[in-house]
Amino acid sequence: MSTILVHVEQVGGAPRRASLEALGAASAVCDTVVATITGDGADAAAAALGAAGANKVVVLAGAGTSPDALAADVAKACTDHGATAFVVGATSGGRDIAPRVAAHLDSTLFSDCIALDKDGDDLVVRRPWLAGKVLADMKSGGPVLCATLRRNTFQAGSGGGDAEIVQADANTDFKAILKDVAAKAGDKLDVSEAPVVVSGGRGLGEAENFNILEDLAAAFGDAAVGASRAVVDMGWRPHAEQVGQTGKTVSPQLYIAVGISGAIQHLAGMKTAKVIVAINKDPEAPIFKVADYGIVGDAFEIVPALTAAVKEVKAQA
Amino acid sequence: MKIVACVKRVPTTEAEPVVSGDGTTLDQSAMQYMLSFYDEIALEKAVQIKEASGGEVVVVSLGPTDGSKEMRECLAKGADRVVLAKDDAWHTRDARATAKALAAQITEQGADMAFFGRVATDRDNAAVGPMVATMLGWACVTDVVELEVADGKGVAKRESEAGIETYEFALPAVVTCQKGLAEPRYAGLKGIMAAKKKPLDEVDAAVEDNQAQVVKLSPPPARPEGRIIGEGADAVGPLMEALRNEAKVL
Repeated sequence: MSTILVHVEQVGGAPRRASLEALGAASAVCDTVVATITGDGADAAAAALGAAGANKVVVLAGAGTSPDALAADVAKACTDHGATAFVVGATSGGRDIAPRVAAHLDSTLFSDCIALDKDGDDLVVRRPWLAGKVLADMKSGGPVLCATLRRNTFQAGSGGGDAEIVQADANTDFKAILKDVAAKAGDKLDVSEAPVVVSGGRGLGEAENFNILEDLAAAFGDAAVGASRAVVDMGWRPHAEQVGQTGKTVSPQLYIAVGISGAIQHLAGMKTAKVIVAINKDPEAPIFKVADYGIVGDAFEIVPALTAAVKEVKAQA
Repeated sequence: MKIVACVKRVPTTEAEPVVSGDGTTLDQSAMQYMLSFYDEIALEKAVQIKEASGGEVVVVSLGPTDGSKEMRECLAKGADRVVLAKDDAWHTRDARATAKALAAQITEQGADMAFFGRVATDRDNAAVGPMVATMLGWACVTDVVELEVADGKGVAKRESEAGIETYEFALPAVVTCQKGLAEPRYAGLKGIMAAKKKPLDEVDAAVEDNQAQVVKLSPPPARPEGRIIGEGADAVGPLMEALRNEAKVL
């Protein structure tokens, strides 16, 4: 009987999609899934987890304002339930606690896994090395296989029944304490979780011209605006939007690259997108080699036309 | 204050990996190396703090004995000393083994803080910094874009999906460094000359065996070839057609 502990994140009482994907991934390869969850809204979110594949949910009472304290609680839940694996979605919060949980369990960590499978009694993960140039299938001889799972890669859990929900006290031995969060403007989807990413580079000419991409993103509705390193370094866009080796790695359903030449470092951050569209006035731009569909020409003509076409499709839907 | 900056030697961005005969390791023989991008930021921030408020910056690395070019570079960029924990299998070590080895050196140095890059750009695992902190029982803030330290306390701003988070903590502490925290300096001639006189100590490192086992290494799946649909705004119609009916993402 194998047990996997999944740490679930929630926002305002709703489980994050990355967590539902982690529950789905875990329930496919083990007998029992135990979830931990914390923060304001945890009780409401806990109620949804049985359907997503959890057999038991441990609600850690307490706001969870310290990653080191949270990691200690999650590790204890792993030990209490005899978990042979621990997984969490590779969100910024998941990535923050996972190495600490692993260290508490004297186990190593596998980050940003794109596959989680069974091989007999063993679990095998697949994860990218060298900005995705190599894929490594790995096992662990340690007590607990600890992994963070890449987003938009696993199927969200569904069709499960009820989960037993229990309360536990969160520990208060805080080392680093969260004092404040300066939230991003508006309700913007993060580039690493949006199903559609509309990304811009130097070809747009100046910072203000990103408004044509913001309009396109708004037309899609569930899109985020991304940026190449060049425009972030010039201060046109914030680093949080940067896609690439020194920014974020994204794996959306649709990635539209506008005025981006396609340097290796940028490709490293987006080449696992399901569909890639490139718009660039240079037909020799390397981005066209990785794109599924390309349009050569002036972004200032093409993008507004695309925005109008997307609006029309969305209006009919 | 004593800051340890942990750095790793990684293959250059252009390096094309070659899988060795047994299919479970990468061939190191033709590799070119550099300091991992985020580790340079960690070193720079440590040196800036030292220059502003005094103290010492010790660079610690788990690596091969022929890695001295990268280590000398650290001395040229402001580190006071380098401690190279000798390990010819450094590039195969898993996060836990690496973290344990570095934690031992950090303890040996009696450091007040340890700075790491947020991720090493070879394994892209982003684990060692927070693992070391947990092993040592130290506070840890990851993905740090701003940092102030004074009187045994620190305030760090962290870039997260929620926005910019502000953390407070007491020393000793680990910080993992994100782009924007500090702009790495170039080693000037003065720095290069000074580096020749600074200590580069090679020490034996007792490194534990890996828990991680590589089953196999493989290249990423090839993407099917794409096509240029057309030119200008006239191509938008055909693109929408393709996205709806072929790719089915719309």
